[in-house]
Amino acid sequence: MTSLPLDWLQSDRRRLRVDQSAIGDRVYEFLTALCALVVPALVVAIAVAIFAAAWPAFARLGLSIVTTSDWDVRGGHFGAAPALFGTLVSSAVALIIATPLAIGVAIFLSEFSPSWLRQPVGFLVDLLAAIPSVVYGLWGIFVLIPMLRQQVMPFLRDGLHLGATPFFSGPAYGPSMLAAGLILAVMALPYISAVSREVLMAVPRSQREAALALGATRWETIRDAVVPYAKSGIIGGIMLGLGRALGETMAVTMVIGNRPEISASLFAPGYTMASLIANEFSEATNDLHVSALMAVGAVLFVITLIVNAVARWLVWRVSRVRAR
Amino acid sequence: MKTARSRHVVSGVMIGLTYLAAILATLPLVLILVHLIAKGASSLSLAFFTHMPRPVGESGGGMANAIVGTLILIGVASLIGLPIGIGAGLHLAEKRTTPLAYTVRFLSDVLNGLPSIVIGISAWEFLVRPVGHFSALAGGVALGTMMVPLVTRTTEEMLLVVPTSLREAALALGYPKWRTSIAVVLRTALAGIATGALVAVARIAGETAPLLFTAIGNQFWSTSLREPIAALPLQIFAYATGPYDEWHRLAWAGALVLITIILIISIAARFATRSRFGAPVD
Repeated sequence: MTSLPLDWLQSDRRRLRVDQSAIGDRVYEFLTALCALVVPALVVAIAVAIFAAAWPAFARLGLSIVTTSDWDVRGGHFGAAPALFGTLVSSAVALIIATPLAIGVAIFLSEFSPSWLRQPVGFLVDLLAAIPSVVYGLWGIFVLIPMLRQQVMPFLRDGLHLGATPFFSGPAYGPSMLAAGLILAVMALPYISAVSREVLMAVPRSQREAALALGATRWETIRDAVVPYAKSGIIGGIMLGLGRALGETMAVTMVIGNRPEISASLFAPGYTMASLIANEFSEATNDLHVSALMAVGAVLFVITLIVNAVARWLVWRVSRVRAR
Repeated sequence: MKTARSRHVVSGVMIGLTYLAAILATLPLVLILVHLIAKGASSLSLAFFTHMPRPVGESGGGMANAIVGTLILIGVASLIGLPIGIGAGLHLAEKRTTPLAYTVRFLSDVLNGLPSIVIGISAWEFLVRPVGHFSALAGGVALGTMMVPLVTRTTEEMLLVVPTSLREAALALGYPKWRTSIAVVLRTALAGIATGALVAVARIAGETAPLLFTAIGNQFWSTSLREPIAALPLQIFAYATGPYDEWHRLAWAGALVLITIILIISIAARFATRSRFGAPVD
């Protein structure tokens, strides 16, 4: 092998090339870093825009925005307590319905499904997340609500005699907290089940084999050896679904009835923070009204931020254990 | 003490319940698709794609302006979301453990989890309020903002799948780092990144809430970025919540078109990855 002549290595041309690539590297690194910086910049910009716009309302009305329930644009009263209540209750109803189903599907897909069913069922459940909110709303208005009004609500109230409790009493209009909760359950389900499936699949085989070897049945293996191992990840998935449900706008606006009242009955129409903004924002007449709606947006921002951060942290904890 | 028999019965019942959960979870999707086809297909005709909406009371008419509007909005959003997202993904894949990378990763999850209506009102604050009128541009920017975190995370994931040996081989051949990243690593992961891009497009194509106060909708033909623009989701919302049967019919047809577009993109995305990444790369 001949060694490279020294003068070639030191030639101007060669040096120029090295310099060029160094410049190229620097430009490349600068540009990609700039793109990466856009992400934090967007989050900061959104936060600043909303809190700045909400400031006049907070300064003038203080916490009465979330603690009082009188929303009177002309009189200058902006109490969004019913919307806050509706957001929390509709999301809670959604989680109560979606969680067992989603975890059931996740266990089915990770443990029991025949291999030929795994892909298609997983794909169908994932597709639920691809259906636009407005299509859920359309289906809610013309299919779900008539069904609730004519069959489900009378059955729950009179057939099962649940009308005696405050939660299922009153007239069955159709548009209601129950309708919103059901639609949100379907919308949150794919998020919960996707995360749960992933953390269940990350549970080591040895965990299952050990339980089976000790004589546990297949169900006991799941209950005592697999689910506890994946627990915080599953809770993270539930929180992620909660984050989706809290901020969901269109489908809820279309089926909840948009009435700013606090009622114990799930049959009664309600309101959510997102649907309040959706309904009033483009018709907001004065600056305080806009600012009050921005304040509602700011509250929603903070709530979803906290829920999502906790969710990510829980999922991250599981994946860290797995990496070790 | 429980007998072995009863324990096995319980086990069988619980396993049966997970099967039931799988059926119940796929049921809504099937129901929604069946209703969409049953109620939407009969209203679909060539006129639906080529005609403008008719005034109230007249039957017929289509959503040509809304279909074109949606395509324009997707285009604007992609012009913003794809380059930024891919660039940020490249950065994250190469600088995996810097404080900036951790921050960007966390904040892109935060951005991804923000309610779309919150993104809508902040876009209004930046792009509509100062100008004084609604615009397609504001709608496109709001949708682009939603795309950025989606594209960033899938790009990063796809780049991490590329074997290090490929990168090392290119560097050993004297390729500068930036050419290695673009001509070797990015190219190898291109199919996966395209999939991520398609998934992001499918996700934003049906978004309504960010457009309510930005693009706002338009009854007339408009392709200008500075004017309000029609969009399929907005039109479906307006028609579905309106009082006329004719509108409801059009809403179903519009929803069928929208979901068809989204399903085609989603399925295409799924097959694009399966063919490249489903089989182990040698």
